[in-house]
Amino acid sequence: MTDGANDGSRFDRLPATPADREVTGRASREEVLDWWETRFGIGRDVLGGYSFWEKGAGKVWVFNGEASDPSQLEAIGTTFLRTRQEHWKPTTRAVSRFGGHATRNVVELDGERASRFVAGEDQPLPAWDGDWGYLIVAHRIAGGVEPIGVGLYLHDELRSVVPKGSRADLPVVEH
Amino acid sequence: MNPLERYEPLVDDPSAFRAACEQPLPSVVRTNSLLVSPDRVRAAFDESGVPYEPVDWHEGLFRLPEGSPGRTWPHVHGWTHGQEEVSTLPAIALDAQPGDRVFDACAAPGSKTTQVAAAMDDAGTLVANDNNLGRLSALRHNAERLGVTNTIVTNQDARNFSMKPLAFDAFDRALVDAPCSCEGTCRKNPDVVDEWTLDHVHGVAGIQKGILTRAVQATRPGGTVVYSTCTFAPEENEAVLDHVLAAEACELVSVDLPLETTPGVTEWEDETYDPSVKRAHRIYPHHNDTGGFFCAVLRVGGADDGRREQETARDAEVAS
Repeated sequence: MTDGANDGSRFDRLPATPADREVTGRASREEVLDWWETRFGIGRDVLGGYSFWEKGAGKVWVFNGEASDPSQLEAIGTTFLRTRQEHWKPTTRAVSRFGGHATRNVVELDGERASRFVAGEDQPLPAWDGDWGYLIVAHRIAGGVEPIGVGLYLHDELRSVVPKGSRADLPVVEH
Repeated sequence: MNPLERYEPLVDDPSAFRAACEQPLPSVVRTNSLLVSPDRVRAAFDESGVPYEPVDWHEGLFRLPEGSPGRTWPHVHGWTHGQEEVSTLPAIALDAQPGDRVFDACAAPGSKTTQVAAAMDDAGTLVANDNNLGRLSALRHNAERLGVTNTIVTNQDARNFSMKPLAFDAFDRALVDAPCSCEGTCRKNPDVVDEWTLDHVHGVAGIQKGILTRAVQATRPGGTVVYSTCTFAPEENEAVLDHVLAAEACELVSVDLPLETTPGVTEWEDETYDPSVKRAHRIYPHHNDTGGFFCAVLRVGGADDGRREQETARDAEVAS
């Protein structure tokens, strides 16, 4: 990887900082860690031990093991973040795994709204007074608040971006 | 022929064996201990009105009499995974630990992989391999849904698995949950009985020997290799162990499993096997009201290089 082009068919480790960048447009590790901290309050105490990899344009993976030559791998860890667009988008899986550590931009839905969200429905949510853009959507279950997935908040509306394969018709649970 | 009749001479109570094989199995889910405790899964089922029954030999397993393990809130959160009771045995026998380097040679669709990852607390490196590219998407989907981040997925023929893409040259533990004739799954999938042929048994036994041999070679001295199948055929179980015991430096070890099992057999038709194959476990459907299964634990021979102890000591030095 010295020609500055991204090879979308292989995994490459993210450069440590923007100054180490050799591939145009590739996010750096520091930028990724900063983004989670700024957007959701999930800091280096949670994510600092992981490595980050890019495969395809802007698809970042999170990995917690040892790797040397990732060119022959089908997957390394879990899809984590979509970069190379104006607003970075966390994956449903990343939010499910790490979203419990978030301290901001988490919208907690009641039982009825949570069921609509996981079914893939968009819903008006004028009461939200936090940031616009991608939010962690959570609900109360079994004595705690747990993330369900990613919502996109725009113009008083919460859009469900739960992937089609993960949507489900689930019962409304009242607390 | 009905292949199940073939195994009646091996079981203590052939009519109970036959009767159990004809009973369907309930849906069962395993608690993903990486993310949640069995208590919270129970609470989540209670508050959303999902009926469940405990499994007496494993607190993390729940039978769902109404089926549909995928249509619950615990499933959405990655707290549960649909998995047959006996299929949790190989990961229990493997006893992987946080920080280990672990090989899952035939990993798709990932039920056992994700169970091993949870035992490792998602720390260390778990190499999940499968030769079937189509089945890797199910493996990846399950690993992601259950929040596993320490897994590398590879698409190689496990019989000549290359360590080249990895950062190390030996595993601490390996799991060979081998492709097999699958009669043990007849309570979930009765078609396996109709599709069974002796030719397939002999063909797949060659593949099993190749995969287990490579797994033993790829594991460090003192490391652990678990071999499991869901077939009753001695050709695919004890004969495979017998082959590897003769070809590679390794030995069978006795381990306790948390349900009723019977020892491996040392004679079958006109073959005899290494006496130590008695340390393997046969699980028959009528003993615990489960599917059928086979599970054996091998210790790789040679001086234990104690990699983990050394590295733990080194890490402690670095930390101080």
